[in-house]
Amino acid sequence: MTHLRSILILVAASILSSTQAGTITAKGSDTMVILAQKWAEVYMAKNPGTKIQVTGGGSGTGFAALVNQTTDIANASRKIKATEIASCLKAFKKRPTEYKVCLDGLSVYVSSDNPVKELSLPQLEAIFTGKIKNWKDVGGPDAPITVYSRENSSGTYEFFKEHVLQNKDFVASAQTMPGTAAVLQAVAKDKNGIGYGGAAYGAGAKHLAIKKDDGSPAIEPNEESVIKGTYPIWRHLFIYVNPALDKGEMASYLNWIRSEEGQKVVKEVGYYPLPKALRE
Amino acid sequence: MGLQRGHRARPLEWLVERGIFLVSLSAILMIFLIFLFVGREALPIFFGRTNSSLVQETIPVDKLDSIPKPKLKEYLGLTDSELAGLDRETLQELMALKIEGAQQAPKDKDADVNTTAWRYLLKPHQWTGYDRAEFIWQPVSQIHKYNIIPLVIGSLKATLVALMFAVPLALGAAIYVSQLAGPRTKEWLKPTIELLAGIPSVVLGFFSLIVLATVMQNLFGYQSRLNAFVAGIALGLAIIPVVFSIAEDALSSVPRSYTQAALALGSSRWQAAWKIVLPAAIPGVFAAVALGFGRGIGETMVVLMASGNASIVSWSVFDSTRTMTATIAAELAETVFGGHHYRMLFMIGTLLFVVTFLSNLAGDLIIHRLKGRLEGKR
Repeated sequence: MTHLRSILILVAASILSSTQAGTITAKGSDTMVILAQKWAEVYMAKNPGTKIQVTGGGSGTGFAALVNQTTDIANASRKIKATEIASCLKAFKKRPTEYKVCLDGLSVYVSSDNPVKELSLPQLEAIFTGKIKNWKDVGGPDAPITVYSRENSSGTYEFFKEHVLQNKDFVASAQTMPGTAAVLQAVAKDKNGIGYGGAAYGAGAKHLAIKKDDGSPAIEPNEESVIKGTYPIWRHLFIYVNPALDKGEMASYLNWIRSEEGQKVVKEVGYYPLPKALRE
Repeated sequence: MGLQRGHRARPLEWLVERGIFLVSLSAILMIFLIFLFVGREALPIFFGRTNSSLVQETIPVDKLDSIPKPKLKEYLGLTDSELAGLDRETLQELMALKIEGAQQAPKDKDADVNTTAWRYLLKPHQWTGYDRAEFIWQPVSQIHKYNIIPLVIGSLKATLVALMFAVPLALGAAIYVSQLAGPRTKEWLKPTIELLAGIPSVVLGFFSLIVLATVMQNLFGYQSRLNAFVAGIALGLAIIPVVFSIAEDALSSVPRSYTQAALALGSSRWQAAWKIVLPAAIPGVFAAVALGFGRGIGETMVVLMASGNASIVSWSVFDSTRTMTATIAAELAETVFGGHHYRMLFMIGTLLFVVTFLSNLAGDLIIHRLKGRLEGKR
C-alpha cells in the first residue's frame, strides 16, 4: 500500500514538474521566424524539459503580444518604438529588455544580365528615391530603372529607408513585393529591375558590391565584410523580453542564443553571428 | 403563416426550428458586430479626433506633482483605471519617454502637421523633398503621409478592368446558356462556369503572378510586369462566375411565354433572346454587374499578388497599382496597435465595407424589383 502511494506521488510530482518546466513562446518578426524556429529546435533537442513555441506575424504583432503578455519573447527586425515602450510601461511597469541576437546584411540585387557591378550609397539613394530613373546615369545601358521594394510593414523596408535613403520616401512607382523571395524573383525576371533584401537569399539575381561613397572601394556582401562592418548596409536583429520573466529557463535560453552554439545556428540559417564584443 | 404548426405535438421539431432560426439570427448579429468593431477602431479618424503632429508640447518630468490629474491623463494617453494602477516611478518614466519621443522628431517643415486630418487624406500636398503637390501614401516615413486617393484610384482601376473583361464574357455565356443552348449543353456548361468560383483566390493570384504576367507582357510589351491590367484580368476570372450566375438567373426568370410569343411572330431564337428577353431582364443584368463590382473591389489576394502594389496616381492600366484591400492586408501586421496607421487602415476598411454593402444592397434591391415586375406584381 505504501508502495502504491509513493508511486502515485512520484507520478503526480513528475507530471507537475513537467508542466512547471513550462513553455516559452516567441512571436514577432517574419524575417526571424526561420531562425527562431531553428534555435528552438536545437535547444529543445538538448533540453527535453523545455518547450518553445515560435510564431511570426511581424515585429509589431510581437510587440503587441509582449504588451498583452501573450508571448514571452518578442522577435523584432527593428528597434522598439517610443509608443510601444509606453504601452509596455502601462502593462507591466518596466521597459522591455533588449537583446541584440545576430547581424543581417542587406544585399542590393540586379538582374544577371545587367552590366552594372557596383553602386555607391548616394547612387542607391538617388535610384530608390526616384532622382535617377535611367540605368545609363550609373554606367549601365540606356533603359528605365524598375524599382522593387518591400511592403512598408517589413523591418527590412524600414531599415533600408533609414540607412540608405536617409529617411527620404521611396519613389511612388516602386513596386512592393510580399517578401524577399518575391523581390528576388521579380528582379531575376526583369532585366531593368533593382531590389534589396537579406544577403542570405542567393540564387537568381546578382548581388551588387556597394561603395560607402563615390571615392571608397566597392565591398561585396559576405560574412567577413558584414561582421567587420566594412560592408555598409547591415543591421542587428533583436529579441525583447519582459524583464520580470527574464530568469530561470528563459534566461538560460536567451544566454544560449548568444553563446557559441546559438550563434552557430545563426550561420546555418544564413544570417551573421554577433561579434564577440556584443555577446556579453 | 396561416397553417397551425402545433409545437405541442412535436416538441423536437419545434426546438430544431427555433435553433435554426437562432443560428440565422447570429449571422446578422455577426455582421453587425464586425461592422461595430471596424467602425469603432476608425471612429477617431472620421471625427478628426486624432493628431499625428510630431511637434507636441512636453512637460518636464519634475513637474509631475503640479499637473492636475485630467491633464496628466490626456497628456500620457491613459484611462482612469490605468492611471490608478501606475506608481510614481512609472509615471515619471512615461513622461521621460514623451520627452525622448519629442526630441527624436525630425527637423522638417511638415513635422507639426496633423497628417490624419481629412484635408491631407484627400487633397494633394507638397511635402518636404517633393517638387510639387502630390497625393502620397507613405505611412511608414518620417512624416506619415496618409493620402488615400492613390488607393481609391487603384481599387477602382483594377475593378473596372475586371468588369470590362468579365461582364461581356459572363453576359454572353449567360445568354447562351439560358436562351440558346440545348438542355444537354446547358447541363455541363453551367456548373463548369460556376466551378470557377471555387478556385481559391490565392491560386488565381499565384497563377497571374507567375504565368499571366509574363504572357501579357510578351503580348503587349509594356514596361512594368505587374500592373492593374494583369490584376484586372485575374480579378475578372474571379468575377465571371458571380456575374454569370446572377445574370443567368435573371434571364431564366423571364417567362417562357415572352420567347414563345416572339418565336410565333416569326423571330429567330437569337432575335428573341437579344431583343425580347435581354431587355426584360436588364435590371437583373445591372444587379449582376453591381454584385460583381462588390466582389471585385473587396477581393484581396489576387490584387495583392498581381498588381505590383505601387501607390501611384495614374489612370493608365499598364502602370502598377495599389488597392485598398491589398494595403490593409500588407500593412496591418506591423502597425502599432491603436496608433494612427492602425486606425487609418481600419478607416479604409470601413470605406470598403460601406462600398461593398451599398453595391450588394443595390444588386439585391434591383433583383427583387425585377422578380416582382416579371411576375406582374409591380
